[in-house]
Amino acid sequence: MENADVKKVGSILEPLTGSSSSGKGAHFRWRSHVESIVIPIGAILVSLAAFGVFCALAGADPFAVYASIYKAAFGSWYSFQNTLVRAAPLMLCSLGTAIPFQLGLVMIGSEGALVIGGLCATMAGLQLPTASPLVVQVVMAVVGMVAGGLWLASSGALKHYRGVNETISSLLMNYIAIAILNQAINSWMRDPSSLNKPASYPIPDEQMLQPLGDTTIHWGLVFGLIACLLAWVLITQTTLGFQIRTIGGNVRAAQIAGIPVGRITLITCFLAGACPGLAGMVEVAAIHGRANESLNAWYGYSGILVAFLARHNPLGCILISILLGGLLASGGILQRDHHLPDAAIMVFQGLVFLVILFSESLYGRWKIFREKEA
Amino acid sequence: MTSASTGIGWLGVPLAIVAGAFRGGTPFLFVSLGECLTEKSGKINLGLEGVLLFGAMSAYAISYKTGSPWLGVLAAACGGACLGLIHAWLTQKPKVNDIAVGIAMIIFGSGIAFFLGKPFIQPLAPQLPTIRIGLGEHVPSLDICPLFFVGVALAFALDWFFGGTRWGMFVRAVGDKAEAARALGISVWRVRTASIIVGSSLAGIGGAYLSLFYPGSWNERVSSGQGMIAVALVIFARWNPVHCLWASLLFGGAQALGPALQSVGVTSYYYLFNASPFILTLAVMILTCSNKRALSGVPGAFTDRT
Repeated sequence: MENADVKKVGSILEPLTGSSSSGKGAHFRWRSHVESIVIPIGAILVSLAAFGVFCALAGADPFAVYASIYKAAFGSWYSFQNTLVRAAPLMLCSLGTAIPFQLGLVMIGSEGALVIGGLCATMAGLQLPTASPLVVQVVMAVVGMVAGGLWLASSGALKHYRGVNETISSLLMNYIAIAILNQAINSWMRDPSSLNKPASYPIPDEQMLQPLGDTTIHWGLVFGLIACLLAWVLITQTTLGFQIRTIGGNVRAAQIAGIPVGRITLITCFLAGACPGLAGMVEVAAIHGRANESLNAWYGYSGILVAFLARHNPLGCILISILLGGLLASGGILQRDHHLPDAAIMVFQGLVFLVILFSESLYGRWKIFREKEA
Repeated sequence: MTSASTGIGWLGVPLAIVAGAFRGGTPFLFVSLGECLTEKSGKINLGLEGVLLFGAMSAYAISYKTGSPWLGVLAAACGGACLGLIHAWLTQKPKVNDIAVGIAMIIFGSGIAFFLGKPFIQPLAPQLPTIRIGLGEHVPSLDICPLFFVGVALAFALDWFFGGTRWGMFVRAVGDKAEAARALGISVWRVRTASIIVGSSLAGIGGAYLSLFYPGSWNERVSSGQGMIAVALVIFARWNPVHCLWASLLFGGAQALGPALQSVGVTSYYYLFNASPFILTLAVMILTCSNKRALSGVPGAFTDRT
């Protein structure tokens, strides 16, 4: 029984660690590697084609639309900066789903963690009007991460101690977080000068996160890259990561092996929530300058998409976030140049997501990608 | 309703909540019945928010184009069925995660709804008729949509369907033990596909209610998350259609709490009161769930995956 469990754990870990090291023979298992490249690329091509048909039906020239998306996302250094600014919160938010997934939990609470992180970071920042910028920023970042971490860890705790479905509880907590944000910016934190769009008092300009060099890119991108790298190291290279993946593979086996499942669940969910919490802080401290409704900009939900497309691999999250960031950045140009509603980008996102999910079922379908057993 | 209640002071609060239960509860009722049917067959549809928005858009558009709101309701049901077909086909592929498909369907469904619905934000479409129930001279009358009664009838009909018909037994069998159902010669694929499609078209009707009765207009903020919490609501109702009815009324009432209190001058915590359906669901789940045993009434398909 235990043996079977261990075997199962091994087979689950394979795609993440690279199966080449786990095989007995030294031969490189290239077929499955090729498969894991061909299928996603094929899926993206299919969804591009489907979106093209959709655009044609809506009366726009599909190739011109593709060209516009490319131009708005990656065409120039200026537009690429715009893409990276949007990619930063996506990276951090995707970790809010990708890290708990290693535990076998499907968490969709990044949106709530981002909102709470941003709100708490603003509250902390406003307490320190005279402190030096560095102190303010560090305090805001720590508060944002702790708030986001606790927010998501509470879903993990409910799962472990009460058996509450973590997907549902994290979804509900998104709405609760948004309600808390609205309550805060409409009552005790409200700046009376914000008339049409309620907002908190602003963080002074000199205490904001400054852009990098003479670009519009801010520190959020650096945080996002570091967080994804750290998450990858944590999951694949550390003992804690091994324990996390063991729990994800088989909780019973992990318990029998003496792994403290509850503690690790809480720690993992806390770390996962800290990432979107930090994204919330960055959105406030680098872009909006105050807490308002703009915090609730669907980065959390797009982050779920990123995590699933990257197959929950933190390094993959970097790449997919940049691609999706480019897509989000090109929403406006479709409206200006092709008279397509800006929701066209949402349709495209949905199509890509659906086709990629369908492509999951194709792994192992074709003989050519099967490893020959020696 | 809420404006009328200001005239009679604090008495207006419970009245506004009752009115809210009927008005705001109806979309909850349709999405939860749809989700209940889907989950009874052993699948989860998290994407009903997308279906709801798509239903709201298509109902409004068809009602505006044809002048008949009932054709709009029909269009919403058909639109919901189409999205349901995609969901049913995808989730029954091997290795495809239900939850992920749900999220994708939320993005896709609301994207399509916003895309196609852009031209219909301005014009006014004919609305569904109102049934007015008077409660006496000094009390404002209740305005209820005929769809509410359809929903109530559906709740009891579904209950009878699950408990007393051959087809209902097929659905339950597939949801509880797919292997056993297959051994009996029931096509698991067909039963699940049918359940998801019908469930999804019910959610589409819920969307039609949003755009054609209350709040009664089409825009990108017409839904306040009713589709998102359908899954939680069904757990709350223990997979029982009649309980779905009570739970929907409760949620509709909870939703009306914030505006009702605001109308009598209690404006603090307005936004937190608005979140009361979500807080309520979470609280009930925390109180009733346990990691030792399965919930009562849960279809078998969901118990062995923990």
